[in-house]
Amino acid sequence: MTLFIEQCLNGLQFGLLLFLLAAGLTLVFGIMDLVNLAHGSLYMVGAYFAATFAAWTHSFVLGAILALGATLVVGMAVEVIVMRRLYGRDHLDHVLGTFGLILFFDESVRLIWGPEGLSLPLPSWLNTSVQIFPGFPYSAYRFSIIVVSLAVAALLYVVVMRTRIGMLIRAGASNREMVGALGVNIKLLYTLVFGLGAALAGLAGLMQAPILTVQIGMGESILILAFVVTVIGGIGSIRGAFVAAILVGFIDTLGRSYLPDLMRMLLSKEAAASAAPALSSMLIYLLMAVVLVVKPEGLFSAGGK
Amino acid sequence: MTPAFDLRRTAIAVLLAALVLLPVYTGLSGNLFLLTLFTRILILALAAVSLNLILGYGGMMSFGHAAYLGIGGYAVGILAHEGVVSGFVQWPVALAVSALFAFVIGALSLRTRGVYFIMITLAFAQMAYYVAAGLARYGGDDGLTIYKRSQFLAPLNLSNKTQFYYVCLALLFAAIYLVWRLTNSRFGMVVQGSRSNDLRMRAIGFPTFRYRLVCFVIAGTLCGLAGALLANHTEYVSPAMMYWTRSGDLIIMVVLGGMASPFGPLIGAVALLVFEEVLSGITEYWQIILGPMLLLVVLFARGGIDGLLRLASRKVPT
Repeated sequence: MTLFIEQCLNGLQFGLLLFLLAAGLTLVFGIMDLVNLAHGSLYMVGAYFAATFAAWTHSFVLGAILALGATLVVGMAVEVIVMRRLYGRDHLDHVLGTFGLILFFDESVRLIWGPEGLSLPLPSWLNTSVQIFPGFPYSAYRFSIIVVSLAVAALLYVVVMRTRIGMLIRAGASNREMVGALGVNIKLLYTLVFGLGAALAGLAGLMQAPILTVQIGMGESILILAFVVTVIGGIGSIRGAFVAAILVGFIDTLGRSYLPDLMRMLLSKEAAASAAPALSSMLIYLLMAVVLVVKPEGLFSAGGK
Repeated sequence: MTPAFDLRRTAIAVLLAALVLLPVYTGLSGNLFLLTLFTRILILALAAVSLNLILGYGGMMSFGHAAYLGIGGYAVGILAHEGVVSGFVQWPVALAVSALFAFVIGALSLRTRGVYFIMITLAFAQMAYYVAAGLARYGGDDGLTIYKRSQFLAPLNLSNKTQFYYVCLALLFAAIYLVWRLTNSRFGMVVQGSRSNDLRMRAIGFPTFRYRLVCFVIAGTLCGLAGALLANHTEYVSPAMMYWTRSGDLIIMVVLGGMASPFGPLIGAVALLVFEEVLSGITEYWQIILGPMLLLVVLFARGGIDGLLRLASRKVPT
């Protein structure tokens, strides 16, 4: 039973991490109508920055804050230099252009940090376990990821639903031309939104860094998952991204831990051992295919499109 | 009045002639590396030609086209592993499995549009990738070595590098011809019409879904053939053949060469892979140049190389 709860918490943690990535993707898509494959690169850059700054400052928290700022700046620079020229082009151009950016980012990282991965050691106060309730210890770091992500999600909700900037963001998602016509500085808004998305991706990257190694290409595999989340949730919908991220996090984590046992009950041992890992990796793609076939616009599609 | 000198036609003619004569040069100079490189280029060009059929002419932005490379390749690899080495069995199986896969994926994906189509094709390709990675019997993540190339009747021997090169070249030319004939047929017109305005095509009575699906299946089957060739070329198959970045490479070839142009994908494949080869000789960090180059092509040269050639030939006074 405790194992099950632990797996559920792991699923929640992974889902929330995916949400941080997917929120940026879905915002950028909803507002600028831009497919950004290079979003995973910002995740990677965030992790590299965090590892470097933490090593310089000898403080995990300080390093994380500096890394967030740096990723924000990188994101805004990318928007001003490249992305701005891609708005209004068709999606194929986005896919190709941002694919080029991935190559550029991967190689730049290789050039600057070298081909070996980095590691981001946890401070001792996070490298322990907490008693969530008596007799149930859970990794303090994973628990703090859950807390931070939930706080960020709540903050994002407040910013998008309750502030003037958020109002403009939502307005931009439903009718860009009209927002521009009403005298809003669209260019600045776009740069801000892109920077915000980049910072969220960077946050996800730097929080994941102590769990996995920081390496080139780390953004590519998770990027696809983040895309799956945005598509399931309905592109442009932050609420959809949240629900879908949690769903994907749970299905992926629980599938990996319980599917082999389940299949052993139905199939022979060897068949289960060879089929289960593949099937559990496929589960979320299967989910996405089913969602798209049943509801081609995703679970919560943003209105007005 | 025909122009006295058409740069585009000349360039394409020179390229084709060079491809035909390449084994003569490598035979004389003994430069086997060049022959191997160009065999690979021809095979990937075949895959790009098939992608161009749906991407360029059909407007279907498939981001999972490398899946068929893997499926065709694995069909050959698995059969060889099980002791079936006859190409007369392997290749038809590779084509049939690719066609079936394309049919299922197409039937589901073509219901969606735009970015959803990009993502669902990507999802299916990723599924294929994980299935291959889970095939413990056939090497799983590590892939599968093929000890014997597909066997055909003598005198055709695929283990002979020159013969294999010409087989690839002949299949590539046949595929380009097929795509050219298809796109100029009534069928191709319907598919291209559906790219421009699907609603209008349906309004005048064409069941465009069926046309697009058939087009999707043809492209998948052709790419499966490329996969079978690739497996024979590298004598090895692995899940990496279907990773999503490989699908990205194929899209790059098509766009770089020129979308919806018969020779565009071939030009793109040659340009991209030769460029990679040259750059990686200069610097280890060649992708740092390739990435921004791609961006420039996207931003400033929409028609790709073929489009530039067209422009250049128009400027030459007749």
